[in-house]
Amino acid sequence: MKLVLSEEEQFLKDTAKNFADERSPISHFRSLRDNNDPKLWDKDIWSEMVKLGWPGILIPEEFGGSNFGVTGIGVILQECAKTLTPSPLFATGVLGAYAITQFGNDDQKSNYLPKIVSGEITTALAIDETSHHEPSKTEMTAKKNDSNFILNGKKIFVIDGASADILIVLARTSGVKGDSTGLSLFILNSDTSGIETKKLDMADSRNYANISFNEVIIDESSLLGDLETAGETVESILDIGRIAMSAEMLGNAESAFEITLDYLKQRKQFGALIGSFQALQHRAAEMFCEIELTKSSVMAAMRAADENSNELQRLSSLSKTMAGETLHLVSNEAIQMHGGIGVTDEYDIGFFLKRARVAEQIFGSAKYHTERYANLSGF
Amino acid sequence: MSNLDKFRQETREWLDKNCPPSMRTGADPKIPVDEVWGGRNAEYKNPESKIWLDRMGEKGWTMPTVPKEYGGGGLTKEEVKVLNEELFGIGAKQPLLSFGIWMLAPVLLEYGSEEQKKEHIPKIIKGEIRWCQGYSEPGSGSDLASLATKAEDIGEKFLVNGQKVWTSYADKADWIFALVRTGPKEPKHDGISFLLIDMATKGVSTKPITLISGKSPFCETFFDNVEVPKENLIGELNAGWTIAKKLLQHERAFISNFGLAAGMGSKRDVVSIAKKHLGEENGKIKNNFYRSEISSHKIKEHAFGLTLKRAGDEGGKASATASMFKLYGTEHNKKRHELMVAASGINGVAWDGDEFDDDDKNLTRAWLRTKGNSIEGGTSEVQLNVISKRVLGLPSQ
Repeated sequence: MKLVLSEEEQFLKDTAKNFADERSPISHFRSLRDNNDPKLWDKDIWSEMVKLGWPGILIPEEFGGSNFGVTGIGVILQECAKTLTPSPLFATGVLGAYAITQFGNDDQKSNYLPKIVSGEITTALAIDETSHHEPSKTEMTAKKNDSNFILNGKKIFVIDGASADILIVLARTSGVKGDSTGLSLFILNSDTSGIETKKLDMADSRNYANISFNEVIIDESSLLGDLETAGETVESILDIGRIAMSAEMLGNAESAFEITLDYLKQRKQFGALIGSFQALQHRAAEMFCEIELTKSSVMAAMRAADENSNELQRLSSLSKTMAGETLHLVSNEAIQMHGGIGVTDEYDIGFFLKRARVAEQIFGSAKYHTERYANLSGF
Repeated sequence: MSNLDKFRQETREWLDKNCPPSMRTGADPKIPVDEVWGGRNAEYKNPESKIWLDRMGEKGWTMPTVPKEYGGGGLTKEEVKVLNEELFGIGAKQPLLSFGIWMLAPVLLEYGSEEQKKEHIPKIIKGEIRWCQGYSEPGSGSDLASLATKAEDIGEKFLVNGQKVWTSYADKADWIFALVRTGPKEPKHDGISFLLIDMATKGVSTKPITLISGKSPFCETFFDNVEVPKENLIGELNAGWTIAKKLLQHERAFISNFGLAAGMGSKRDVVSIAKKHLGEENGKIKNNFYRSEISSHKIKEHAFGLTLKRAGDEGGKASATASMFKLYGTEHNKKRHELMVAASGINGVAWDGDEFDDDDKNLTRAWLRTKGNSIEGGTSEVQLNVISKRVLGLPSQ
């Protein structure tokens, strides 16, 4: 496992950086928020991403993708996160693309994957039912009825759930809340009768929804992966999601840190640049170290995903913990070091704080993953 | 068979024949274990320690990448990786611990003359000469460049007078590499030279310092009219500061490895210690407060290890990151020892006597020793300054 980017990966990263800087600077995100955009992402920006081939990065070539791996999509998300670029890339290009590629049958792959590549559909993964991520707490049921399943229950905090065309849903086909067995995954259109979607208003102004399923009837061919294997398959999808989200959060942290460093080099008080004060210098140096450690963790996790290493789960929890704690620290310090301007809405740095706290919760907080890391390490 | 495969096979055969049984995994626990530092006055409790050192030294494998003409192994990076894997495979003991290897030899290779390299490097590699470091002085700690030990030009030789402090194992060392003031009128950084001094020379004396751990790894070293041949000057006169800084990077890189813990299951593993003193349930540490703290700590440690690996994979960026590794590695090591002591309860502060076992008592001493980690080789605060200014480009006041 080499912890450096290949030339192609570096090229992808540079492309993404240019794209984010030129096409979606932070002002782009601000205007979507200010205009109360219903999707909170822009369809023109998304079609440009589609043209660049980004939704197909995890998709095999036979379905039109480039099969370029988790590191490939990770560096793109990292760069886009530096300008807080909102897009369906995470929910569709990572979660949807990976879930269907890995666990879909031939029909599902040929039906959905080319449409993800072409940008015709976006997807959302509906897992959580409680305020803290814990997939085994799934209560939502899927009851077999002849050649159908009937879905009942409610999913919350579904990323891109307010706009996705296709939903991938975790439901219980047997057992009770708390069991990690008896779970199955289903894939269905979001406009299926009986589905009610409520857009959420979250601190980071991104696209989330709570989705209720009331006697939703779907054909048994909607089962994604084998019946009652989702306890494991979902973890595998989630681990890729956690790693990709860590890459995003790393990008957030790097950017908030850079903006803060620039400020320390411009702002004068007491007749001196505030960046010359040791009280601030040492805290900046400590943040630098944490960011470096996070870079290595994310890099190792992305590589482990691409090499299908047996360390994948542990590295996924490692990277989500490191990214969570580092972004937490940096987003707080960034505000404090900016002083008064840092708590104004007019200035961008507050966006990073709000994004940070929401992202920290996605697919398990640092606390959740610290516990999981201990379990996986045998202590 | 590729050249590398051939090298692996030859290495394996050589190790099979030459690595003594007590120097590998599965050694008889009754055979005493030496910490081998070499040198003129080295003593060995186990004669096989000496045999192992001599054989590895002869091969040049204590510094495998150094060219053969200087007594090194002359191996490529790929070959060294193979060598390390083979050594690891049989659980081979490190044949030699040496400040010569970790600090001096790398700067001699860069700044020494041909004669100096040929004179000193082979003896370092074979463990014939044990070196110590003469940097800090009573009045020059973090502000190292203010050092005052002076070396006057008296024709053929330098006349050295002054005092060094925190010289690790000076009482056991044969030679010292020292920073001396040769330019008293120059600005402080521009009047320092890098000088090699034989500790057997008349006028050199040492006195051990007892630390809070009760042990004495450090000494004060005194120079009283010590005559040093001019050929022992490394680099140009008054140009020693550059060499000094370079050596500090090697030192910091070495100290950084403290941040990596002993492996799971070893006596100095925080998990094993916690399980021993707090109990274990279904393989888990019984106390959740400690368990959570230990897991957070292990995560940082893992990330730190990956960062060392990444720096290696990126290659050649050591200078920018040496301070970070020194800072993080030592702070992390201190935290780990605090965790181990806390998880041991009252046994974690055992000092002496029969009521406590050796592991507990050794841990207490080790914990106290770590307090020096973030001071020696440049304090954590100095490292933070270096990162702020050199890496982050923050302005000076």
